[in-house]
Amino acid sequence: MTHTVVVAPRDTIAREGAVRSYLRLYATLARTSIMLGFQYRVSNYFYMIGMIAEPVVYLVVWSTIARGQGGDIGGYTPGTFAAYYIVWTLVRNMNIVFTPFGWEQRIREGELSGHLARPMHPIHYDLGSFAGWKVVVIVMWLPIAAVLSLVFHPSLDPSLAQVATFAVAIWGAYLIRSMFLWMLGMITIWTTRVSAIFEAFFAAELLLSGRLLPVSLMPEWTQTLASFLPFESTFGFPITALVGPITGRELVTGLVLQMVWIAIGVGGVQVMWRRAIRAYTAVNG
Amino acid sequence: MSTADHRMLGGIRIAWLHLRVGVMNELQYRANFVIQLIQSLVAIGTGLVVLALIFDHTDQLDGWTRPELLVVMGVFTLVGGLIGFVIEPNMGRIMGDIERGTFDYVLTKPVDSQLLASLREFRIWRLTDAIVGLVVLVWGLSQLDATFGVPEVVWFVSTLSAGTVLIYCLWLVLTTGAFWVVRMDSVQELFTGLYRAGQYPVTVYPAWLRLMLTYLVPLGFAITVPSESLTGRMTIERLVVTLGFMVVAFAVTRWFWRRGTRHYSGASA
Repeated sequence: MTHTVVVAPRDTIAREGAVRSYLRLYATLARTSIMLGFQYRVSNYFYMIGMIAEPVVYLVVWSTIARGQGGDIGGYTPGTFAAYYIVWTLVRNMNIVFTPFGWEQRIREGELSGHLARPMHPIHYDLGSFAGWKVVVIVMWLPIAAVLSLVFHPSLDPSLAQVATFAVAIWGAYLIRSMFLWMLGMITIWTTRVSAIFEAFFAAELLLSGRLLPVSLMPEWTQTLASFLPFESTFGFPITALVGPITGRELVTGLVLQMVWIAIGVGGVQVMWRRAIRAYTAVNG
Repeated sequence: MSTADHRMLGGIRIAWLHLRVGVMNELQYRANFVIQLIQSLVAIGTGLVVLALIFDHTDQLDGWTRPELLVVMGVFTLVGGLIGFVIEPNMGRIMGDIERGTFDYVLTKPVDSQLLASLREFRIWRLTDAIVGLVVLVWGLSQLDATFGVPEVVWFVSTLSAGTVLIYCLWLVLTTGAFWVVRMDSVQELFTGLYRAGQYPVTVYPAWLRLMLTYLVPLGFAITVPSESLTGRMTIERLVVTLGFMVVAFAVTRWFWRRGTRHYSGASA
């Protein structure tokens, strides 16, 4: 009895302290990467221009086809395609997380050993610093989006609920992709011949996420397959949430589905990480 | 022979040596060939799926039929392989050297610095893409009714070479920018991103973009023009413009390189 009375408040204090130190960690990481990001503006803009080439290609090709087919394919007009692929550019930026290809260097240079010595799970460091970079990305994205809109005339008319869902869903997408790419990257701890696995993953993602083409325009069996995989939650869903056509019910189920994938991702990362550190032998540990 | 000629000849000999050493080095890692092959096949597989999706909804894209777009895709992959074999690794190395200050080692050698810096590294397994691209190219051609002979092949080879040189020029100009701003590590991402646009004939794009993708980022010259020469769209004017533009671009690049190297201040210099 006395025991519980004494322990409970102490536990709460410890937990509050933990929450506060996590917040501090995230704030510091985010601030650092914001400062770094704004420092290398040329580099960042090169990166972003290289990135927008991809949706512009899709947009031009699919608009050309839509025009050739009498104005639309599956309800998508050149205007909705424009809206889809311009929103795409922001979602794609939100999707950029620590690359699985970076794990090889982490292991080879012994960076991972340093991470292991820290009190917090290393994924927090990635989540925090990439989240900070997103702020830079969003600020730098605005003029690009303005130019693209002037050139391609998107038809975009979202409701308040759509805007709100989108604002949440892009961060949900960020978390899901962070978790899954972390899992993918961790494979490097067991084998170094990973690049072919990564490429296959990215090819599947390209085709099944809505990155290439709105999933509703894909053959039916692809859509069924996509519904069992996390890809659409990270790409197609946030875009469609803003661009439509989407019902209120679909907005809610989309968000719930994102939460499910986040939970699966967090669980997967934890299980894999525990096994990975057992298998890990440091280079200069 | 003048000193410049000597420097040039010496440079070519050294580049040849670099190539041999590079090939021998990479031949030690044969498993990398299998991995590269898988990657090339994944990439081309994805491209074929995209083509299938397009022709699910239409039967021609801006006047280009399916086999013709296969030809374009073949050239796209082939040129991508050449870039990955020689252009990309060397440009990356120049940038790394400038950032670390070790570019001194290039400048102090008694050979032409542009030649040496452009032909130091070779990734032989990236030629897998070139081979896969050739296979797709031939596959596309075999589905076309068009007949072609020696002149088409000569046009194809000369425009393809000129286009690849143009891409090298652009990449080197961007890389040379590192002499002033030091950090240019996103150039590769920039280029890889823009390169995707070459998957389709540049004629598909709106006029302003088509001009950019031809004269600024020479994908039109490197991919569309060679594809046109195999699909019965070639004109003599286009051939002349391609070769002429290459000569001009090469001269400008060389001039810019000289200015850049004069501006360089190394770590120890």
